[in-house]
Amino acid sequence: MTETQDTQTSESVEELKSAAVAALNSADSSEKLEAWRVEFMGRKGRLTSLLRGLGSFAIEDRKIVGAAANRLRGELESLYEDRESDSKSSQAPVGSIDITLPGRKPALGGLHPSTQMIREITQAFNEMGFQTIEGPEVELEKYNFDMLNIPADHPARDQWDTIWVDSDTHDDVLLRTHTSPMQARVMEENDPPIRVVVPGKCYRYESTDATHEWHFNQVEGLAVDEGITLADLKGTLYEFARRVFGANRKVRFRCDYFPFVEPGVDMSIDWNGGWMEIMGAGMVHPKVLENAGYDSSKYTGFAFGMGPERISMLRNEITDIRHFFSNDLRFLTQF
Amino acid sequence: MKVPVSWLNEYVDIDMNLDDLAHRLTMAGNEVEDIERTGWIDNVVVGHVLAVEPHPDADRLRLVKVDHGNGEAEVVCGAPNVAAGQKIAYASIGAVLQDAYSDGPGKTKKLKRSKIRGVVSDGMVCSVRELGIGDDHDGILVLDDDAKVGTPIGELLGESVIDIELTPNRPDCLGVVGVARDVAAITGNPFRQPNIDFEATGPNVNSLATVEIVDPDLCLRYTASVIQGVKIGPSPQWLQDRLTAIGERPINNLVDVTNFVMFELGQPLHAFDYDKVVDHKIIVRRAAEGETLVTLDDKERKLGSEMLLIADPDRGIGLAGVMGGANSEISDATTNVILESATFDGVNNRKTARGLELASQATLRFEKSLRTGLSEVGLRRATKLILEIAGGVVARGIIDVYPSKNDEQQCVRLDRERILTVLGVEFETSLIETTLGNLGFDLVGDANGWDVQIPYWRPDVSIPEDLVEEIARIGGYDNIPTTTLAGRPPQWQPQPEMDLRNRVTDVLARTGMREMISYAATTSEGESRVSLSGDTASSVKLRNPITADFAVMRRTLREAILETVARNSRTWRSPIALFETGRVFLDFGEGLPEERQMAVGAFAGPRNELHWDASTDQSDFYDAKGAAEAVLDDLGIEAVFEPGEDATFAAGRTAVIKVPSQNNAVVGIVGEVSSGVFSQFDAEVDNVSMFELDLVALLKVIQGSEGSDKYQEYVRLPASHRDLSLIVDTSVTAGEIVAIANRNRIVTSATVFDLFEGKGVPDGKKAVAVRLVYQSPNKTLTADQIGKIEGQILNQLSKELGAELRAQ
Repeated sequence: MTETQDTQTSESVEELKSAAVAALNSADSSEKLEAWRVEFMGRKGRLTSLLRGLGSFAIEDRKIVGAAANRLRGELESLYEDRESDSKSSQAPVGSIDITLPGRKPALGGLHPSTQMIREITQAFNEMGFQTIEGPEVELEKYNFDMLNIPADHPARDQWDTIWVDSDTHDDVLLRTHTSPMQARVMEENDPPIRVVVPGKCYRYESTDATHEWHFNQVEGLAVDEGITLADLKGTLYEFARRVFGANRKVRFRCDYFPFVEPGVDMSIDWNGGWMEIMGAGMVHPKVLENAGYDSSKYTGFAFGMGPERISMLRNEITDIRHFFSNDLRFLTQF
Repeated sequence: MKVPVSWLNEYVDIDMNLDDLAHRLTMAGNEVEDIERTGWIDNVVVGHVLAVEPHPDADRLRLVKVDHGNGEAEVVCGAPNVAAGQKIAYASIGAVLQDAYSDGPGKTKKLKRSKIRGVVSDGMVCSVRELGIGDDHDGILVLDDDAKVGTPIGELLGESVIDIELTPNRPDCLGVVGVARDVAAITGNPFRQPNIDFEATGPNVNSLATVEIVDPDLCLRYTASVIQGVKIGPSPQWLQDRLTAIGERPINNLVDVTNFVMFELGQPLHAFDYDKVVDHKIIVRRAAEGETLVTLDDKERKLGSEMLLIADPDRGIGLAGVMGGANSEISDATTNVILESATFDGVNNRKTARGLELASQATLRFEKSLRTGLSEVGLRRATKLILEIAGGVVARGIIDVYPSKNDEQQCVRLDRERILTVLGVEFETSLIETTLGNLGFDLVGDANGWDVQIPYWRPDVSIPEDLVEEIARIGGYDNIPTTTLAGRPPQWQPQPEMDLRNRVTDVLARTGMREMISYAATTSEGESRVSLSGDTASSVKLRNPITADFAVMRRTLREAILETVARNSRTWRSPIALFETGRVFLDFGEGLPEERQMAVGAFAGPRNELHWDASTDQSDFYDAKGAAEAVLDDLGIEAVFEPGEDATFAAGRTAVIKVPSQNNAVVGIVGEVSSGVFSQFDAEVDNVSMFELDLVALLKVIQGSEGSDKYQEYVRLPASHRDLSLIVDTSVTAGEIVAIANRNRIVTSATVFDLFEGKGVPDGKKAVAVRLVYQSPNKTLTADQIGKIEGQILNQLSKELGAELRAQ
């Protein structure tokens, strides 16, 4: 300790001055300038040490050296301030780069908006215990219509204009008009309880315009067990709507007709001051349960179906459904 | 279905705001799409003509003094029929009226204060046309004397028409009374049944006409009445107004009554000229194949043997429930009428109407399988109205041939518990009984529930759940609570194909590619552009494709992605990197076709976005290969790329992807698309590279190598990197060099990192730089040991590939 103090206090004001000025001149960056300030002017810096060491001088010397040291402090402070303002006003520090040039951004790919919407919808139901499954797009009339309580030549079939498969051997093969045939298939192959969501493509013999496509996706849902009620349907779909359309969204359930449910339900959400239909739903019709071999006095269930493209159109204000399958990159890259 | 409120009011009182009623009807399943209001005009009120005086300057004009309840006004009027003491429609300044002098309908004019021949007219006395409630403009509309002065004109003349989008299960609402019953249930007000009583004073009907049903499977009931001595003429105004309000054109009193009753009750009817029916005998039978009938629209129809005909002993006189025949049509000369009200088989009626492309209001109702009970009610109602309107004498009794009597379900048991089971909430007994009662169901209650009689107008109700819906929809689904699903969630079932497709989709998007979804159908010609292999299974053909452009289901994803690349290349100057994962449809001739999950990806245009430090090279084979490699890496599949041949791709620039550990299973292909193929797509880029992965084959590989994804402890000993710079023949592949290097177990990787041909390298040769990484799992390798191994590798490269070390 003593030695160090001696060494430091033995440094003369003149020596300190020449060392400080030389170091300041060679400080060529703001980092080095700051290091200089700490070394010479800081609380533990060399000038402070010199002033603290004055105590070991004789009284007379103390006065002289003290005055010189204080003068030096003034000089160094002024030099430092000059240099600091210089460095701030200069164009750029040595070694600067143009940080405005674009970075090397990895190419960002992306999922088709229908895929995004389907995943958002199915995930909402997955978290309520519904498993996602898929089914055939080329389907038998039996599953698409008959087992769903939509008999041949029944006017209810008008709701689903159908594209039929041309085959020498079968006249009962069609492109599914909805994902609902999976209701029949799932129940035929599994015992209750059932909770599934079924996304997939559907096809209708329907001329296309801005709001109609003959080719579109649908997401079907089905829950069957003992004790499932219309109140459960409302609760489940309400939860879905909150999640996909926002927690403050108003939801309206009203009576509607689909042959494979009874009672039938239409779910709408409030949208631009009106009501926008989002999905058809209802309690699974006892005949549909019976057709699949379930005891309709024991089991009840609900089913629902919605169009992800329609929901996407609503949320993203897409005015023409035909964008979805024309795959223009000017469209796709916006999602 | 258009339902005028005034018409609705005949059967039920509406003590509810119209908008509220529309909301309740919508909630109850009868969605109100629109409410059209006519005759409601601001600033038009009932006025009283106090005095009529001549105009000082015009002979044909008069000055009319009107009391409008809020003072008096002097109006200049040109109508010849204006007279003191009349109640009239007075329009004050500012009223917006129909422009009576405009050619086109719907043009309106705002009434201004004006001078007519020097006299200021303070308003107007309106004609029917100016009020927009009819066509008459010969004079002013004169109102009933008891109209109260100052009453807004809408309260007298206004009509609101509710337009309901009906669901197919409610044929009863194809009659105004059906909607009225829903309104009765909603409002709780009683429903008033239309009057069907009349006095029959003629001879016994059976002495005048007979009906025989030959085909009772298609005609479930046939009722008829005979009215003699009718006078055909225009219908009274009220009847014409009713039909006009719903958009129907009045024809004559007989036809108008049958139409009115159809729109009132939902029962289609038909009137025959009694004297034109041979022997006054009606026979209901299937038409003979090829039999013809001239229908009311004067078209000759060729009939099939499954079409139901109304005939007399000689010929057809009508197509049952579709359209009448011209030969028995009601004319001005008709005096005697047979009125038909029958129940035809819905499916058959629908087929006939569709077969002849004769969609009619009758078929719209019959096809919904009306119940037989309705036909008699419809007959009695129409007979009563004909008697009132067209006069004549009704024969006593009705003809009622009813082969399917007692076939109909009459009763449904509704247990109280079922309501709770389906809806999850209990309802008060009084609410249930009032609701069902107002809808017209008769109930007999006991401790557990009700025996419910199903009325003839509700063919849609046949099971307890139908009744549960009735209770719920009238009460409003709003009043059912919301609960979350209780109970056990089902057992999870593996979905390996779907999971794989999602995973591949995610990897490809992550590599920077953009997902597309194309139409699943195409044309055979379009698909042939990609030169599919001849042993591809057949296409699934569509019997009624939406257009010829979508005649078959696709067997490949290649066509759509090349088309999409081509289309985008005309507008998109940035990199094109697209992929699709989806199904192709392969018809193997048995059962449903195979729907095989595939993935394709394509690259075209520049590899990079324009950037100050990126190459402007075009994408190529190696972009497509890299994307395929990324998928394989992600799935943990070790695959090799071998030179391949495929007609879609360019020779010598194509690789098939095989998995050596799985018997060299082929899982995909990658290559530059051949110019012969790509030139058939209208693209503005020259080249496109593409990969295709067969997800079903990939899934088999994954399932065959289960357990191979265990974590391997990494080697902690240091690795040494050494670079070799080789000169080889240009025909030597990187794969051959790497394979030789990899034979040595100490070599953990061999990577080609530079290729060069040209200056300093002899012709026919290329320089290849390879980085080898040496690492032993159990000892640190010395420089000598590495040098020795390197020497061995160089020897093998030299011996097998003729490789030499490049002079430094």
